[in-house]
Amino acid sequence: MHLKYESTLREPLVDGVKDYHQVTEDIISPIEGKPGTLWYVGFFISLTLLGFGAFSVFWQIYFGVGVWNLNKTIGWGWDITNFVWWVGIGHAGTLISAILLLFRQGWRTGVNRAAEAMTIFAVMCAGQFPIIHMGRVWMAFFILPYPNTRGPVWVNFNSPLLWDVFAISTYFTVSLLFWYSGLLPDFATVRDRAKTKLRKLLYGVAAFGWTGSTKHWQRHEALSLVLAGLSTPLVLSVHTIVSFDFATSVIPGWHTTIFPPYFVAGAIFSGFAMVQTLLIITRKILKLEEYITLGHMEAMNKVIVLTGSVVGCAYLTELFMAWYGANPYEFATFFKYRAAGPLGWSYWIMMTCNVITPQVFWFRKMRRSVAVTFAMSIIVNIGMWFERFVIICTSLYRDYLPSSWSYYRPSWPEVGFYMGTFGLFFTCYFLFAKYFPVIAVAEIKSILKTSGENFKEKMVVYEEESAEKFAHDVAHAH
Amino acid sequence: MAVKKFVVGLFDDEAVLFPAVKKVRAAGYKLHDVYTPFPVHGLDHAMGLRETSLHTAGFVYGITGTTTALSFMSWVFNSDWPLNIGGKPHFPLPAFIPITFELTVLFAAVGMVMTFCYLCQLMPFVKKHIFHPRQTDDKFVMVIEVTEKTNAEEVKSFLAGAGAQDINEQKAEAGWWFGRWDKDDEPYLRKIQTTNA
Repeated sequence: MHLKYESTLREPLVDGVKDYHQVTEDIISPIEGKPGTLWYVGFFISLTLLGFGAFSVFWQIYFGVGVWNLNKTIGWGWDITNFVWWVGIGHAGTLISAILLLFRQGWRTGVNRAAEAMTIFAVMCAGQFPIIHMGRVWMAFFILPYPNTRGPVWVNFNSPLLWDVFAISTYFTVSLLFWYSGLLPDFATVRDRAKTKLRKLLYGVAAFGWTGSTKHWQRHEALSLVLAGLSTPLVLSVHTIVSFDFATSVIPGWHTTIFPPYFVAGAIFSGFAMVQTLLIITRKILKLEEYITLGHMEAMNKVIVLTGSVVGCAYLTELFMAWYGANPYEFATFFKYRAAGPLGWSYWIMMTCNVITPQVFWFRKMRRSVAVTFAMSIIVNIGMWFERFVIICTSLYRDYLPSSWSYYRPSWPEVGFYMGTFGLFFTCYFLFAKYFPVIAVAEIKSILKTSGENFKEKMVVYEEESAEKFAHDVAHAH
Repeated sequence: MAVKKFVVGLFDDEAVLFPAVKKVRAAGYKLHDVYTPFPVHGLDHAMGLRETSLHTAGFVYGITGTTTALSFMSWVFNSDWPLNIGGKPHFPLPAFIPITFELTVLFAAVGMVMTFCYLCQLMPFVKKHIFHPRQTDDKFVMVIEVTEKTNAEEVKSFLAGAGAQDINEQKAEAGWWFGRWDKDDEPYLRKIQTTNA
């Protein structure tokens, strides 16, 4: 009788036989080499988009918000749609880094660094929309409660729009601190193996003088745990507050109590889709398939099918309540102008992309297919963009006064602004992928012993001895 | 800050490191520090370090945030500029919750990270002596301080017996200093004396 037992459910988190040094080599060496042609192509496309976005924003600031196709019926259009979409995308990063840390999910170590980076870049993109939407952006500081010469007149602390200011800025700050404190030890690794003077200087500055002292690690662990504990309610609060922007109003289609959980589930759904898009490309280009494995993709696809179904339930609940609530205006919004009517097509794109197609992930084969996952990640992101568009525009374009009914299609500066945020997002991501350790090196090393091929090899000695001898040795360990 | 003499030993594996730490402490040598490339669980206890109070600091910062937010908003709405907003109460506690929560988290996170950086002396352009370049890669580096009571040669053979490799003696700055990482500018230190065992 042998003791060998190998789990078929828990696959290794890192594939291949590796020691600590090999992990460092695999993850750090892309930083030290020259970027490939693909990187340059992608980077310059992103820069071009960013430039076009900057021009569109310039156009809007120069001529005023009138260059957008918003009107007195549809006061929120692509801008707020994009804002909610980008904020939502950010949520997956915090979920992976914070909530999965609290739940002790080992697989998060392979993907958390890139996902957190995505969070930060997505929130940077999101924040611009409400600010530019203000019109007179040079007055943007009026949203801050600072002592002013007008009284002082303070901001309205009862307003969900002000809660948003606090929520988004706190979210950005805390995510950045969490991400950077995790990066310190990895920057030190890059610094200590740097061959060129410039790299030593820059990574030396970035690593803040980290040495790897045991006391520092102890504090670092405590810090990560508390930051994770703080980020977990924070991430839920952020999209809850974003949903309050709508839910505390009295517009039929917005005035619903289901919004906070529905928005949070949707945010995680779209965020995981974006993580998949980015990581499938990253693992391929940087040859990190052994660290970001099919197992990681499968785990994330499970989250996608779960949150997608939660979102689907929310859609159906909304429809049910619109009928059961017996409010004729709400009924009209949902059944006449959202699921039907001139903008009805957007509702059905949303339904198809968010509720129907993700159901393929009930099949293991689909969850583990790179091509299907990549395609689905794009589809889900399109679907989630349309969800926000549907919520915002189909609730507004048919209001209480038929004479002010309207239709909405964006103007070029609105589209350009959106494209510009893609430019910003991918410019940042390309720089991150080239100059930062895309996988948390120290964290991978800390799980290597318990989940790797070399651990399995060490166990062979024990596995081949008889159960009786093993039991005897354990009983007389001293 | 002072220049001190150290005996440095390298370990490949945590499994060898742990008993070595125990032996060094039992022998009464002054363990300066152990540098590891990743957090090794239980090493802080093995070295006899006390638990960190960073959590408590975080709690205090959080409470400060809560108090700041609540007291500031109620001061603004009730005393500094009482404004009638649609006949709503001047102390609408439920409406204050979101901002109070956000500030609690913000204060706790920022305060803790700053305290962390202060305690560990982490800042751009802060430099410290790196005993071995691979202590952030794959080696566990044990550093024992040579005091006037210690016999360096004895420590070296002791470390060799405990399973350390590449044992050497270094004279180094024990604290931190400001400098650039591409320059060899360790203060008060003319030359690192390295003698292999």
